[in-house]
Amino acid sequence: MKNNLSQAAIFLLLLFTLSLAGFAQEPVEPSAPGDGSEIEALQGADIVIGLEPAVSEPPAVNVPLPESATLDDLANDNGTGVVLQFPASPGETAELTYTVLIGESAGGPWTPVAEFTADTTWKEDEGHFFPAFYWFEKGRDGKTIHAVPIRNLGENVPLETGKQYFVKLQSALGGTTAEYPEVLSATPRENWFDTSKTNMLILAVLFGATVLYFIARARRDPNLFIRKINGLDAVDEAIGRATEMGKPILYLNGMSTLADLSTLAALNILGRVARRVANYESTLVVPCRDPIVLTVAQEIVKAGYADAGRPDAYNEDNIFFLTEDQFSYAAAVCGIMMRDKPAANFFMGYYYAESLILAETGANTGAIQIAGTDAATQIAFFVTTCDYTLIGEELYAASAYLSREPLVLGSLKGQDMAKLFMMIVIVIGTLLVTFGMHFIKDLFKALG
Amino acid sequence: MQFFRKQFPILLAFVMGMMMFIREFIPAKIAINLYEGFTNWAIVIVGFSALFAILSLLHHHVNKIRRKVPGHGYSIVTIVAFVQMLILGLIFSVRPGTPVGWEYWWLFVPMQATMFATLAFFIASAAFRAFRARTWEALALLVAGLFVMIGRVPIGEFISPYLSDFAGWIMNNPNMAGLRGVALGVALAQIAISVRIIFGIERTYMGGGD
Repeated sequence: MKNNLSQAAIFLLLLFTLSLAGFAQEPVEPSAPGDGSEIEALQGADIVIGLEPAVSEPPAVNVPLPESATLDDLANDNGTGVVLQFPASPGETAELTYTVLIGESAGGPWTPVAEFTADTTWKEDEGHFFPAFYWFEKGRDGKTIHAVPIRNLGENVPLETGKQYFVKLQSALGGTTAEYPEVLSATPRENWFDTSKTNMLILAVLFGATVLYFIARARRDPNLFIRKINGLDAVDEAIGRATEMGKPILYLNGMSTLADLSTLAALNILGRVARRVANYESTLVVPCRDPIVLTVAQEIVKAGYADAGRPDAYNEDNIFFLTEDQFSYAAAVCGIMMRDKPAANFFMGYYYAESLILAETGANTGAIQIAGTDAATQIAFFVTTCDYTLIGEELYAASAYLSREPLVLGSLKGQDMAKLFMMIVIVIGTLLVTFGMHFIKDLFKALG
Repeated sequence: MQFFRKQFPILLAFVMGMMMFIREFIPAKIAINLYEGFTNWAIVIVGFSALFAILSLLHHHVNKIRRKVPGHGYSIVTIVAFVQMLILGLIFSVRPGTPVGWEYWWLFVPMQATMFATLAFFIASAAFRAFRARTWEALALLVAGLFVMIGRVPIGEFISPYLSDFAGWIMNNPNMAGLRGVALGVALAQIAISVRIIFGIERTYMGGGD
């Protein structure tokens, strides 16, 4: 038993010594004599044995670099940008960092203008500059091309149109930096058509042409069917009621300026309403918030009275300026409502938080109220407090509807056709996206 | 003269409308400069139009005082406030710490805030009217409104954690779908009215009829 134990101990000691001497080493590839690998192998043996301190070269890091890169003028801009593009480097990971440097000559000096990790800054994220790529080429199974728009030369110094610029690309991994072997150059040029808005242009032209077609058609056949809008049919009722009661009619053009289409729509309706008010020989009061809207409203009402054959009934004092301040305006209009008790209130145009203050005060005075707005957040307040509300597009259709002129009504028909087209596209697009096809959705996307 | 009253404004609307439409698709500097130029014009015009506004305001209130219409006392307050603000502003400027600055911060801003605060009471009275379930639509509004209101306050979370999610669902799905429908209709209607104005089919806004 004792012999067996001592034999086992000797065997284990032998095994341990052998393992220290060589079995634990990395296998050394057979090498040609004199290439230095023998020395490395010996050094490795020394380390393992632990008799001498380790002396070794740090492991070489292979820093990925792209196989190709291009620098071009930046598309769809005003001539103050270039764009660097390169395919993802073979074996790149999120740890790899790219640095882009720009200079005014091929020899530098260089200014870093972009630094990003390899998992960011993709071409398909820059749809505005590459619309054709975005609509027709971008991959669904991963991002493969990096694109870096460069618009300035360091600290907010914009690039100049027509001047040549030079760009270097560096990549860094684990403290080791590599440089793309070529210095790239490009010259920013002004662009005369924003290709990222091509889809918008096509749709706008198509839609405009549809409207014009239906206007032309209305000229030939004036009997167009237009759906009934109750709020507009009630305009005559409201004016008639005010006339019977001998009370004024209050008309507001909204809180926005003339630059807003909803204000323009409100002024169009004002013209129609003024003509009817003049016919009924009633009083129209128009407090304004914007000075330019004031002057336009005065002209419109004056013309409305003249068209109705009652220029003498026009009173410029009834179309007046109140204030540009939102709540001061609301307070002043509420005061007019409470003092003069108008029989009919029209709230047309764009409104903000004061909409409910105005409409609720009007409701408390017992006036018949007709509102029309495209301010989505205020529609609910008007629906709650007014007798009739023109929602969104009805505000824009109101003038045409009230005029009953075939030409103007034709444009409403065209508008309805465009809406039908959009509804079909939405249904088809929803189905396609449900089945994983994003093509149609991307085509309608505004990139610019 | 007839040309300047009738045809010229239509021609101007067409040229400017088309120019602004085309500009939208040109990224070159000339288009940017053109837009900035027109914007500057607009600022100048607005500056001058303020004069018309002041004249209109004074004319309106002086007339009311002269005719002694009911409530003309408010017109006196308006004129006095306007004149004293103008004089103090011209003498002391309008910076903070001046009399005008004091009036702005300690009179104007609190009055403005008071007017805004009345909205809370108006919302309560409007909600009372809206939530009378006289039709199926009003009932749907009442039910949805109740869920959203309760889901947005802490007691809703206390009653059930699902209430908050349900309120969010109402806002993000049916409500959002409705809003987007309105937005789409508005966008198309705006293009249609633009076409009418640019091509001179809609001329009411110019005054002078069709």
